[in-house]
Amino acid sequence: MSTRLTQGGARIDRTKPVSFRFNGQQLKGYEGDTLASALLANDRMMVGRSFKYHRPRGVVASGTEEPNALLGIGQGGRFEPNQRATMQEVFEGLESTSQNHWPSLEFDVGEINASLSRFLPAGFYYKTFLWPRSFWKHVYEPFIRQSAGLGKAPKDRDADTYEHFYHYCDVLVIGGGLAGLAAARAAASGGARVTVMEQEAHWCGRAADDGAEAQVADLVAELEGMENVTLRTRCMGAGVYDHGYVLGYERLTDHLSEKSGPRHRLWRVRAGQVITATGAIERPLSFAGNDLPGVMLASALRDYVVQFGVSVGDRTVVVTNNDDAYLTALALVGAGLTVPVIVDARQGGGGALAAEAEAKGIRVLKGHGIAKVKGRKRVTGVAICKQVGEGAVTEEIACDAVAMSGGWSPVVHLWSHCGGKLTWDDAQAMFRPDGTRPPTGEDGKGFVICAGAADGAFDRAEVAASGTKAGLAAAEAVGQAGSVSDLTAPEARGDNPIEPVWLMPASAKRKLRAKAWLDYQNDVKVTDVQLAAQEGFESVEHAKRYTTLGMATDQGKLSNINGLAILSGALDTPIPQVGTTRFRPPFTPISMGAIAGEARAETFQPLRRTPLHQWHVDNGADFEPVGQWRRPFCYIRPGEDRHSAVTREINQTRNSLGLLDASTLGKLIVKGPDAGRFMDMLYTNMMSTLQPGRCRYGLMCSENGFLMDDGVVARWDEETFLCHTTTGGADHIHAHMEEWLQTEWWDWKVWTVNATEQYAQIGVVGPKARTVLEKLGATNIANEDFPFMTFQDHKLAGIDARVYRISFSGELSYEIAVPAGQGLALWTALMEAGAEFGATPYGTEALHVLRAEKGFIMIGDETDGTVIPQDLGLNWAISKKKEDFIGKRAQSREDMAREDRWKLVGLETLDKSVLPDGAYVLADGTNANGQRTVQGRVTSSYYSPTLERGIAMGLVLRGPDRMGETIQLNKVDGSSVAARIVDPVFYDKENTKNV
Amino acid sequence: MLILTCPCCGVTAEETEFHGGGEAHLKREGPGSDDAAFEGYLFHRENPRGVHFERWRHVYGCGKWFHAARDTGTLEVFGTYSAQTTEPPADLLEKIRERRPGWSWREFS
Repeated sequence: MSTRLTQGGARIDRTKPVSFRFNGQQLKGYEGDTLASALLANDRMMVGRSFKYHRPRGVVASGTEEPNALLGIGQGGRFEPNQRATMQEVFEGLESTSQNHWPSLEFDVGEINASLSRFLPAGFYYKTFLWPRSFWKHVYEPFIRQSAGLGKAPKDRDADTYEHFYHYCDVLVIGGGLAGLAAARAAASGGARVTVMEQEAHWCGRAADDGAEAQVADLVAELEGMENVTLRTRCMGAGVYDHGYVLGYERLTDHLSEKSGPRHRLWRVRAGQVITATGAIERPLSFAGNDLPGVMLASALRDYVVQFGVSVGDRTVVVTNNDDAYLTALALVGAGLTVPVIVDARQGGGGALAAEAEAKGIRVLKGHGIAKVKGRKRVTGVAICKQVGEGAVTEEIACDAVAMSGGWSPVVHLWSHCGGKLTWDDAQAMFRPDGTRPPTGEDGKGFVICAGAADGAFDRAEVAASGTKAGLAAAEAVGQAGSVSDLTAPEARGDNPIEPVWLMPASAKRKLRAKAWLDYQNDVKVTDVQLAAQEGFESVEHAKRYTTLGMATDQGKLSNINGLAILSGALDTPIPQVGTTRFRPPFTPISMGAIAGEARAETFQPLRRTPLHQWHVDNGADFEPVGQWRRPFCYIRPGEDRHSAVTREINQTRNSLGLLDASTLGKLIVKGPDAGRFMDMLYTNMMSTLQPGRCRYGLMCSENGFLMDDGVVARWDEETFLCHTTTGGADHIHAHMEEWLQTEWWDWKVWTVNATEQYAQIGVVGPKARTVLEKLGATNIANEDFPFMTFQDHKLAGIDARVYRISFSGELSYEIAVPAGQGLALWTALMEAGAEFGATPYGTEALHVLRAEKGFIMIGDETDGTVIPQDLGLNWAISKKKEDFIGKRAQSREDMAREDRWKLVGLETLDKSVLPDGAYVLADGTNANGQRTVQGRVTSSYYSPTLERGIAMGLVLRGPDRMGETIQLNKVDGSSVAARIVDPVFYDKENTKNV
Repeated sequence: MLILTCPCCGVTAEETEFHGGGEAHLKREGPGSDDAAFEGYLFHRENPRGVHFERWRHVYGCGKWFHAARDTGTLEVFGTYSAQTTEPPADLLEKIRERRPGWSWREFS
């Protein structure tokens, strides 16, 4: 069993016990424990079930690479699934739960998948789920849903806050082990601003194995005393991006009982040079049963004994192909535990450490391997065999833990994120950074330097020297060269070289290979990768996706190299030619909260308010978002619902007087000697002939010919045009104007300004509109004196106003523009003057219905980026005289000019019902996919209180040629409804009201 | 995230301050152009792994459009220059020839 030893544990404080819960049970640990070490101390060997076969799984590593010990941490608004127990520090009151099992961790129904494993090979989903069609809905989909993912998504709103932090430094060092700290010391020696990020809570990294703690403590003290150095623990270098941009992920409260302040901080760093001293990750060995709880990486097992005072088992078999694992054997024996045998796959065995182990009386079996691990829910023993054979068992040894080491893989992720290349190091059997091909910055020079084990240096002296060298090089590259003395280091250890072992035993039979795991988290075995190769998935990226190797949350930190070595063997192609899959950021998953930072809820995006916004709030406005604006949808009075409010607003506007806050409409000023010429290019109509004082409705198309915006243009004077745009169009139409002016017609003398927010604009609409204006002081505004589509300046209620006589409702209508600061005063004056006529503010829904009753199009309803003005019967607004305008050439393309385009018509249901928005016009027959053929669609559909029936507009095949024809449209419930094709102008066709 | 220098206002800023605008030096084809030429203008774009000329706008800064010459593979920025030109400046072309002997992009090399 695994237990806490009475002695040892450099990182734990035995005077500070903490209690925490795992699956509801109260357990004890110490301050300094990780959740993994604390669980092991309490004999919780099994911590989860595997993804596919639901096999029992235990802790296998002691750091970020952990694939198995993924737990749900916290409760309620602080619950988060899939957290690595090896990175979670224990604190008083910590809540944790295991995942992917039902009904319990110990007894799990899904375990049956394991006995079906022969029928669940690589690519199982792709092969099986093709047929029959009905199974998708009733069998596959529920099955996949049930088994997809490990943890459960949180249900509550996140109770924590997060923040972003912008940071600039000359040299950023990622990794606070010996190499990183040596690099920081060297980099800072010439005065460069240096920042060091260490993902764990403590410094030193794996250098503790080499007894470097004291030296590291001195280095940290020295760096802490330097003003130009910033040090951060619990801060992971998450990703390296273009031109020295780096994301850091700092965990501020995940280790605390009392949470206050932000939980995570996302560091957005711009660094001159980046040093990645990210260490190396130990590789598992591929032998049968290597996934049983109790089988662990040799370095992890050593960590638990030395750093946490936890013994994983009383009898530990060590199996290795390199010298490093002997450290584990020596540490175990040093702690009074038993190592029955060290199984070394190398015929020649190990070097100095091996000699030391043998001197201590530990049995060493050279040229051997593990044929099979015995046990069901935890290790009970191993069967030993020759490494070279097929796995004939030579002896069985009882044990309760296995420490394995297949060699070390440098953590090249951060080097590779932005394009750093790798090279295969045959002597050390690993990919390492190719220092001659680093990621390059804006100047074309490398901006990342690797140091220490991340660069393939493992001996302590080499590690320190590598760090110092990297630091000096980085300082020089940022123009702050310095110098430092070399760090002292003991003599090299005298290791024998590693011998690569990708399968144990080398010629293992299928039965053994099918139990040899490569990817623990996604349940991928040696046989799966071999099957992928056999079925033709030869590219490493294809094999990855077919088998899901390396696609879990650990992104293959343990499995990738072993997997591609198996692929290399199956393809009979050398490893470097097989290559690696792409390394993508982040290095380990980071929280969504950290990515969002402060941008959530009310601070997610700015809210735009019109000068009248507060009046709307105070008067029952039911708001809807329109871009970043909030506009009243309608104003609800006591006893009303939305529908009755909208109906009241429409009737009152048609019969007496309505008021609209039109301030959000875009107001772009185009000015200059060439303004007319430019306007002629922007709009499909002729705008240069518009007389000052007059208005004209215009259409704007993209260069593709599609209608992109519309609105009324007013010519203020000879050189000045005011372009009204849609609310949502103001910013991008202004950008559109600037783009053409700056990049195509840059010699034209034109200036544009987006004046949208400078004016409050109020629509005064209805039969009483003129009377109200007169009450406020306007004179000579009879129809003849102030005709439709002109504007005049008036003083209204003492306010200088520009009054446009334009209409989007068919009613007599004025849009009055005043400086934004005068908006509320004018609105209040209009409400007071209009009170005797029942002046009624109306919202966007009434606006939409009023315009639809008149057959006016709305950008975004009648258009969707594929519609040209000709489709909407707007040919009258397209100048035939002009040689050119933006979009003209495109409108003569074959597809645009074809006769059988869907064109705008009105639609009237025979039963007066309201058509579903977006309903399709049905045609006979089905298409190649068996779907009903369609011949048009509804673009706008409303209940018209004026006509007391449903009205709609739609685009219908040859629609204008089919007036009076009855067509069928589909409804959501699968039935259809009959409608007649009619003129889109439903109300006041003769324009009798706007006089 | 790239770093670019706006040639108009001189500010060196992060990519989030700019907005990319696709390929530079397109020649507009208007009414009267033949179908093939117009199709090329509307749709056909270079997609090199290597030297590329792009349009950018300093959208959260001075608001001006400019051109950038950069390597899409290595992300090296050779230079930025005014959008109000029909071809890259001669000294920039010379610099690219030095950095990438034998390069070519559309009619430039």
